[in-house]
Formats: sequence, structure tokens, C-alpha cells
Amino acid sequence: MDRRTVITGMGVLAPGGAGTKDFFELLSSGRTATRRISFFDPSPFRSQVAAECDFDPAAAGLTHRETRRMDRATQLAVVAGRQAVADSGLETDELDPHRVAVSVGTAVGATTSLEREYLVLSDSGRDWFVDPGYASPHLFDYFVPSAIAAEIAWLISAEGPAAIVSSGCTSGLDSVGYAHQLIKEGTADVVLTGATDAPISPIAVACFDAIKATTPRNDDAEHASRPFDLTRNGFVLGEGAAMLVLEEYEHARRRGARIIAEINGYATRCNAYHMTGLKPDGREMAEAITAALAEARMDGRAVDYINAHGSGTKQNDRHETAAFKRALGDHAYRTPVSSIKSMIGHSLGAIGSIEIVACALAIENDLVPPTANLHERDPECDLDYVPIEARDQRVDTVLSVGSGFGGFQSAMLLSRLGNGS
Amino acid sequence: MTQATVAARAAQTDERTTAVITGLGVVAPNGLGAEKYWAATLRGESGIRSLAPRGMSGYPMRLAGQVTSFVAEDHIPSRLMPQTDRVTRLALAAAELALDDAELRPGELPEYSMGVVTSNASGGFEFTHREIQKLWTKGPQTVSVYESFAWFYAVNTGQISIRHGMRGPSGVLVAEQAGGLDALGHARRAIRRGTPHIVTGGVESSLDPWGWVSHIASGRLSKESVPELAYRPFDHGADGYVPGEGGAILILEDAEAAARRGAAKVYGELAGYAATFDPRPGSGRPPGLEQAIRKALADAGTPPEEIDVVFADAAGIPCLDRDEATAITAVFGPHGVPVTAPKALTGRLYAGSGPLDVVCALLSIRDGVIPPVPNVGTVPAAYQIDLVRGAEPRTAPVRTALVLARGKGGFNAAVVLRKHRKEEK
Repeated sequence: MDRRTVITGMGVLAPGGAGTKDFFELLSSGRTATRRISFFDPSPFRSQVAAECDFDPAAAGLTHRETRRMDRATQLAVVAGRQAVADSGLETDELDPHRVAVSVGTAVGATTSLEREYLVLSDSGRDWFVDPGYASPHLFDYFVPSAIAAEIAWLISAEGPAAIVSSGCTSGLDSVGYAHQLIKEGTADVVLTGATDAPISPIAVACFDAIKATTPRNDDAEHASRPFDLTRNGFVLGEGAAMLVLEEYEHARRRGARIIAEINGYATRCNAYHMTGLKPDGREMAEAITAALAEARMDGRAVDYINAHGSGTKQNDRHETAAFKRALGDHAYRTPVSSIKSMIGHSLGAIGSIEIVACALAIENDLVPPTANLHERDPECDLDYVPIEARDQRVDTVLSVGSGFGGFQSAMLLSRLGNGS
Repeated sequence: MTQATVAARAAQTDERTTAVITGLGVVAPNGLGAEKYWAATLRGESGIRSLAPRGMSGYPMRLAGQVTSFVAEDHIPSRLMPQTDRVTRLALAAAELALDDAELRPGELPEYSMGVVTSNASGGFEFTHREIQKLWTKGPQTVSVYESFAWFYAVNTGQISIRHGMRGPSGVLVAEQAGGLDALGHARRAIRRGTPHIVTGGVESSLDPWGWVSHIASGRLSKESVPELAYRPFDHGADGYVPGEGGAILILEDAEAAARRGAAKVYGELAGYAATFDPRPGSGRPPGLEQAIRKALADAGTPPEEIDVVFADAAGIPCLDRDEATAITAVFGPHGVPVTAPKALTGRLYAGSGPLDVVCALLSIRDGVIPPVPNVGTVPAAYQIDLVRGAEPRTAPVRTALVLARGKGGFNAAVVLRKHRKEEK
């Protein structure tokens, strides 16, 4: 009998929504959490807006030692991970540790701490030959981001496989996809998975400035993330983490776990075209969707809601609109599509997992989150993008997609238990 | 064949699919290209030397495995030079060598039938060092348009995919030194899920001053300044490791697909793979390496007595060397199997070391010789391992090999390689 993957616990730290309850409240209200950058003075930069988490490590339960040791991305992941484990009701000391695995997505790892360390070592950039005498004892664990996966593994006493999945902006989808494969193939029964990124630092802002990927809409920060809107002009950098407990279905059923949703299929493809550019035809994303549907043994017409990548760049929104049509045909026109990046920005590798949590909440609550700030239709984006207001409707099956630098295109299908094949 | 039928086939996992290695691409401190690296390894030639820049002369450690013979312009189109860090140039060169060795031309294959799965632990670090210095000394407007994708860990997979038009399932894993073997395991998973050809492995390079200081900060580097003495895994006097740059990219294929296209060389089968994570420090539970070995053997359907050689992780740190020896003797018995560590000649390459050891293991299988660890004097008797030492390789029939890797933090990975059944007669 085929092994099936179910979600039995979730934790999330998103801008404007810490914990699944607040996060769902944000999604259903259509509020936006984007603002002028407060972490540093953004005035030298082209894009000065971001979606920041109001995160207090001590209030979130981290000890002083943990806070010192961990980069902000790690802190977010650990707090979200603790939420997810608590939500799952798992007694971690009753698990066989060899059957518990970990995968954590991140696009840029401990960028914030690396930059902070760099400034100390280099005397604010003056010295090319940085001074080893000033290095923090934690520098190596910022340098090599798998330290994040180690912290998550300790959290659930995992002794099965553990790894970071770092495929840029699809990391959050690919990390959960990796976990799903570990369960499906029989390597693990429980996987604590998800993704984190905390990239709101000068170097990250500067590198997206350089290619004009982020929005310069600095005078209207609250409405700066405008996926699918005619006036969109780039994404809003965000941060956050989401962690999920995935379990093999029988394992979850035997312990009487609350099953939030099932992961039915996952696939990823590359466009082999350009490190940052997208062809308008959406072929490879469509192929990933088709392959994910095949794994799920689902017809595209089963999809009730598409959680779009919807970054709000000119090319992305056109690209994936084409991909949905190519993969789902006429059904694309009948299916609500929305981008929660309109509310919480684009947290690079983290967002894919945050969006999976949003999809699971959509299924749990029969609610399609809206695309905020969508006022002016773009003739090239002619699907139903659920503008401004959330929509109450039956949601049994959701398609979530991601697209990222390096050409990665990923797709995942989730459904209410009993609605898959 | 329609798109739908390709996808439908891809959705069915077949655990029986045999994955074979048909091409080797090596960029190692002691040799560019698999054959040069292999010859140097058998001769005991090291690629470890002192970092040259005068500005680094005051650093407490300066020995590194360096790919000094690599001239990027000989391998990389000029168009790609401004947008790539050294690590990506090395990775692109290794991928090209592997494709040439396999005589595989991606353009002739069906769309989506080839993917790229790599590991990398430190990204395009020197590139970023330059850009971050520009940012803080000259302002944001001076930061390169390539910074957004030259740094991140996914850069090698992305650039290899684009360079060769590979559109199939691809991925990037990080697990410090264990990640390179995880990439191979994930590549085999992609093959079993229906994608017949995967470019896989790992390459590392972060020897610029900021990268180097980050290596030092691990607290695990040898304080020795004589290259021959600095990285002596399992030796009585081991006091740390030497980091290096480079690694290997391999071509992994569904055995049937490789046979169908008439692959000229089949170096061996990726017969088993497993990964584990160590218990939380202080838990009192044993480290996970032994479990990784046992699971990889079980995955390969190979009993311990069939393993002819172990390529050790060889941390060069006494407590970790002892743990590894304990795991090996627990599975194979005291002095039960030859153990070697050719990485003593290259330094630890993080994501690059696992795949490079796999190359070494495959060439051991091909040639029936086990390379030695040349500079090790005495091994503590308590380790009870048969370490292949001295200047001469050991001649021995090698049919099945085990490769181990551990990553800082608690990551363990093991791979079993076997002579291809069709090659045995």
C-alpha cells in the first residue's frame, strides 16, 4: 500500500502574523504588513520597503544563549518549529528517533549575521584582509547554514536524515517536497520541515536593488506589494519562517492525530534559461504542475484554489499566469488565484513554506486569501486573482507554486483528507 | 510521447531502478580531471600549500588545499566570467569534464530527462566579499548586478542547468561535509522517480580572507604549519584538519537508459545511501554514523563482509577520529576492513569531499588498488582499524566500497558503490 504524507502540526512567524491564529487572521482580513524598513536606515537604497517581523526572541521563548548563538533566521525557524511540534501533539520522547527526519529550506541562510560579523572583522569594510582576532565563535555556523538544520533536529530529537534544502526562492516548497519524498519512500515516518529566511540586511537589499527586482514604491510602503496589478513594479523583500510536522498517514492515524491536510504531489523543474529571467510562456512551471498532478493522480479540474508565487515583478506574474493556463487549460479561468506576498512580502526561501501553511489554513477554514492592493487589471494577467477581499468558498484541493533565481519552478498539491485519490 | 505520459511515468517511484555512474568530473587540489587526480592520489601527491597573499601572512593558520592549476578562462566562456564566483567556475568545469567523460550530450536528450542536484556549503564567497566591501565603502549603487545570484547556495545547480539546457528535477542540499553524499542520494531518488540522467556532486571554494577567517572560526583547523604534518587523520598526533577547495561532479544515470544510449563507461553502481543525524549533545545516546553505515549497507543489500574498502570521513580531530573508528569496528569488526582517507592530500572540501571520495572509490574498483594515507605515522591501538598507510597503494580486488562523510553539527551520510553487475563476468 502506498505511503501517504499528512500535515499534523504547523507553526509560523510571518510579518504581521506570529502563530497560525494571528497569521490566519491577517490572511482573512487582507491587511498588509509591508512598511518602510526599520532595521537600518534604508535611505541610500532604491527600494526602502520590506515586510518585517516584530519578533522578540526572549518573548518568543528563546534563552539569551540561544539568541546569541543563532542567526535571526535560525531563531525564527526554532520558534516556528516549537509551535509546530506543540500543535502536532507529538510526544517526541515516544518517537523512534531514527524514523524522525528534518529538512529546512533557506535561500540565503545566515546573511544578516554574516554581514554583521563582516563589518566587525573588516573595520566596516576598510580591510580586505579581515582580522581573524575579532571573529565570533559562531561565525562558522553562520558561514555554513546547515547549523540551522541542526538546531531544528535537536528540537525534535531527530536522528534520521537532516539537511538544508537551498534552491533559492523555491527552497520553502522544495524543502517540504523533500520531506514528503522521505515519508513516501519509507525513510522517515515523521519529518519536521519548513523554511526560514531573514534577509532584510543592507547587502540583500542592495543586490535586489542592483537588478531592480524590488519595488521603489517608497512613498506608499503599506501598498507596495502589488502582484498582478497593472502598476506592479517589483517585489517587497520579507522575512519569516514556517515549520510543519509531516507524518506518514497511518502513523498519524494510529496516534489519533489531528490531520490538517494531505500532501498529494510535488514536482520541480528548471527553466535552464536565465539565472533571473523568465520566458513568458511558463512552460517549465506548467510541466512541474503537470508532474505534481500526475503524482497526486489528480485531474487539474480538481484544483479549487491556486496559491500563486505572485511576487509582483512584471515578468513573474505574466509567466505564471501563462503556466496556469498551460497546465490547467480552461479550468485556470474558473479557479481563484491569489498571492499572499501582497500582504507579507517575499521572504525568499521561507515564503514557500509559509504559503503551504496558508494553503492548509485555506483548506481548514474554507477560505481563499485575497490578493491585496490589486486595483488595476493587467490585460496580460486575466485570471481571477481574488482582489482585496478574502473569499468564503469550499476549498478541498490547493495548488501552490514557486519560482526562483536559478530557474527553479516547483509545484505542490495539498488536499483535505479524503479528497485526494 | 506526450507531455502527460512522461509526467505520469515520472510519478511512479521504482525502488529497483539501478543508478550507475557513467562520467567523472574532478577539480581537486592535487589534479584537474579524474585521471590526473587519481594518478596524483596513488603517488601521494598533495595539493595542500600555504595561502599566498601577503595580507594573510599574519593569520594563525594558512594551509589549504588549493586548485592552483585551474585557469578559469580555459574552461568558462568569457560571457560567464563577470557573473560567476570561483566556486561556480570550478563547478561548471567539473560538470563539463563529467559530461565529456560520459559522452553525454544533453541537447540530444528528451526535454526534462536530465536534472542537476548539487551540494554547496558556502556559496560564492569571494564574489560576495568583494561586493559587500563595495557596498560598505562605495555605496549600494556600486554593487554588481550579478550579486543576487552569484552568492547563494543554489548558484552551481542553476548555472550548470542553464549552460547545458537541463530542465528536469533539480535541487540543492547543504549539510556541511555530509551534503555532497546527500546530493548523490537525492540524485538517485530523482532517477527512481523517473528522470534518467542527473548531474550531481559538490564543489566548494571559499579561500578569500573573509571565507578563510570563517574556516578558522570553526576551531577545528590544524595548527601545524608543515603541509605534510597538518592533516593526519587517525594519527596519534592529529590536531585538526586543513580545509580545501574543489570537489567532483558525476553523471548518474538509470542503468537501462545508460545501456540504451550505449554509455561507453560504467564506473559502478550507486548501490546504497543513507543519512542520519547525531543525537543532541548531552543526550547520552551514541553518534549516528554507525546507523548510517548499517542503513546504507541494508539499502544496498550488502552484508559488511562484502565491503572491500572504507573511504573514511577522517575528521583529523582525535575525538571524531575515535568515534569514526568505533563505528567502523562496530560494523566490520576490529581491523575488519581496509580504511583509507585520500582527502589527506586535498584537505576537507566540505560539499566537495564526499563526491571526490566517490570518484576515488570508483577508480579503486576499476583498478584494484586502494590509495594510501601517506603521512600518518602511528594510529592509536584503541582505534582497531586497518588504515592503509605509507607511500604505496595497496593492491587488492575491490568490488564494493563504502564512502563516509560527516558534517559539523551532527550530519552523517554513507554511500555504497558496487562494480556494475553487467561489468562482472
